[in-house]
Amino acid sequence: MNGFNVKFGYRDNFLDDLQPVDVLYETRVSIDGCQATIDAHGLKHKELNDLLRETVQRGSTELVINNVFGQRYIGTRLYLPSKDKKLHIEVNRYPGNDLGAFLNGHRIIVQGNAQDGVGNTMDDGQIIVHGRAGDVTAMSMRGGQIFIRDNVGYRTAIHMKEYRDKAPVLVVGGTAQDFLGEYMSGGMVLLLGLNLQEDEPHRASYIGTGMHGGVIYLRGCVAEHQLGKEVGVRPLNDQDIVVVDRYVREYCRHFGGSPDEILKGRFQKLIPVSLRPYGQIYAY
Amino acid sequence: MLVQQYYQSERFVPDKEMDACGLFGVMHTGGVRFGGQMAIDAIKNMKVRGSGLGGGFAIYGLYPKYKDYYALHIIYQDKNMAAKKTVEAFLKKNFYVVFDEEIPTNPDIRLFAPPLAWRYFVSPQKSSAEENVPDDEYVISKVMHLNSHIDDAYVFSSGKDVGVFKGVGFPEEIADYFMLDELYEGYIWTVHSRFPTNTPGWWGGAHPLSILDWTVVHNGEISSYGANRRFLEMHNYYCTLHTDTEVLAYAVDLLMRRQGLPIEVVAKIFAPPMWEVIRHMDDSDKELYTALRMTYAPLLMNGPFTVIVAHHKEMIGLTDRIRLRPITAGAKGDLVFLSSEEAAIRAVCPDLELAWTPPGGEPVVVRLHTRDHLQSLNKSI
Repeated sequence: MNGFNVKFGYRDNFLDDLQPVDVLYETRVSIDGCQATIDAHGLKHKELNDLLRETVQRGSTELVINNVFGQRYIGTRLYLPSKDKKLHIEVNRYPGNDLGAFLNGHRIIVQGNAQDGVGNTMDDGQIIVHGRAGDVTAMSMRGGQIFIRDNVGYRTAIHMKEYRDKAPVLVVGGTAQDFLGEYMSGGMVLLLGLNLQEDEPHRASYIGTGMHGGVIYLRGCVAEHQLGKEVGVRPLNDQDIVVVDRYVREYCRHFGGSPDEILKGRFQKLIPVSLRPYGQIYAY
Repeated sequence: MLVQQYYQSERFVPDKEMDACGLFGVMHTGGVRFGGQMAIDAIKNMKVRGSGLGGGFAIYGLYPKYKDYYALHIIYQDKNMAAKKTVEAFLKKNFYVVFDEEIPTNPDIRLFAPPLAWRYFVSPQKSSAEENVPDDEYVISKVMHLNSHIDDAYVFSSGKDVGVFKGVGFPEEIADYFMLDELYEGYIWTVHSRFPTNTPGWWGGAHPLSILDWTVVHNGEISSYGANRRFLEMHNYYCTLHTDTEVLAYAVDLLMRRQGLPIEVVAKIFAPPMWEVIRHMDDSDKELYTALRMTYAPLLMNGPFTVIVAHHKEMIGLTDRIRLRPITAGAKGDLVFLSSEEAAIRAVCPDLELAWTPPGGEPVVVRLHTRDHLQSLNKSI
């Protein structure tokens, strides 16, 4: 086959023909104090993420990234050993998949819609999206907070988890599509349904299928058949009310709106009714 | 020119595939024809989804001068001239060929083993025994014969006023190779990157897959391929391109053209609601969806998929019922977009007016001279 110039082996299309990070830093970044403004136009995702890391290592703590069109993994690979040195990252406008994957304590603000996989396996920090987000938002998230102004897609908060002091939080202003909280094992989802009519049920079916930990607070209506078999509906207790109050107020601080109006709505709590729903599958 | 500098083309057969498919479609609902720039730029924007082992375009409103003739795009694998001779003898016997030529290509673009690509504009020349066969049926039977009986010859597309250009390479390379942006205009462009599922990248297997004026680009894997294929064979569709998406092209032809079902119903055949969901419907819907599932069980497309199906006057985006592959629709004025990623639409249309994502199994139907695409808006996010 080698008459046709075929190679066998490992290949990542995006590791070829990369511009050196020094050149990118010279041509794409303008510095103003601790703030760096970065032009991402036409960059491959590896180039952009290399550049972000370089910019941070040279001392910038506030990053404004302009002309973003679909570059993936923004915010990943920005681990900083110093615990209190946290970055503020503004993304204008349309980040690609896996925004803030493995995010290590920084704050990302997106002025536009995000795509699939926002906060994938995020560890700590905040992601604030002034728009909607796609499928598998907060997938495997294990710490930090995500605020989405509008709707989210399928399988939101799939496999979200918590461990000791790590308890992730996802707040969604609109509604969600199917499989919200699928296999969720920890953390908290707050779904506000602000764009739904009164009595209009949420879009999602199969809510909490396979869920065995964590909690979903849901404002508005949902029919019994929209819930997975592993989920039970409970009224909010005093502790729940404090938590919901806190995050509704924080949502409104980011996106506006009246927290008191929102809190007047009907809230329900969804929790797993079985700790080990599949305990009998492999051993009996 | 799209590519400023030409590199000698290299093909990798990777140990591990890291990519997904990229899909993009754009239609002008006013029927105005436009060049390929948006489709090419959008798929380039999603390059990370492709592999360089397959890419292709379908263009509608392509041959206004010959719009009353079936445009056959035929490739001859390994530039097999004997196959060409056999095909042309067959065409001469069964069609009136009004015009034929080699599809022009750019010699500066080096692709992997390019075949000879030829186009023929034909109308049926029926024998007296076939007099009553409708034109479309006649053409399909001849296309099936060519694909399955003549080695090294494959019909890429066979519709009127439509053409498929595809091959092994990144889609922007294919576009440069066929000089799509310079030579052609259309009112629908659909495009695909990566390579056909479960198939070595080869020119015939690249997307779009087509029959008559139906074309399909597909992201995902149709795991019901075997069942679908056996059902289609009962209706004289023969799968010869070694890839799962082929069944979708023939299935839409069978259901929509031959049986006259609207896409809204066809969507519910490919991606039927779960029995659990049907149980909660009102009686008339329950009866309809039960009947569809029972009648067309062999055409249920199992497995993850997002497809963009197109034919004259329509472009349709559809996902499987639990949306295991992404789709985003967008609109600005008369332009309507379907894409794997929203950012790709934004990249080619910065002042987009609407972007929405329908639920699984809910089609986005873009029709000429209508605003039908907005029907899915209320159910979407």
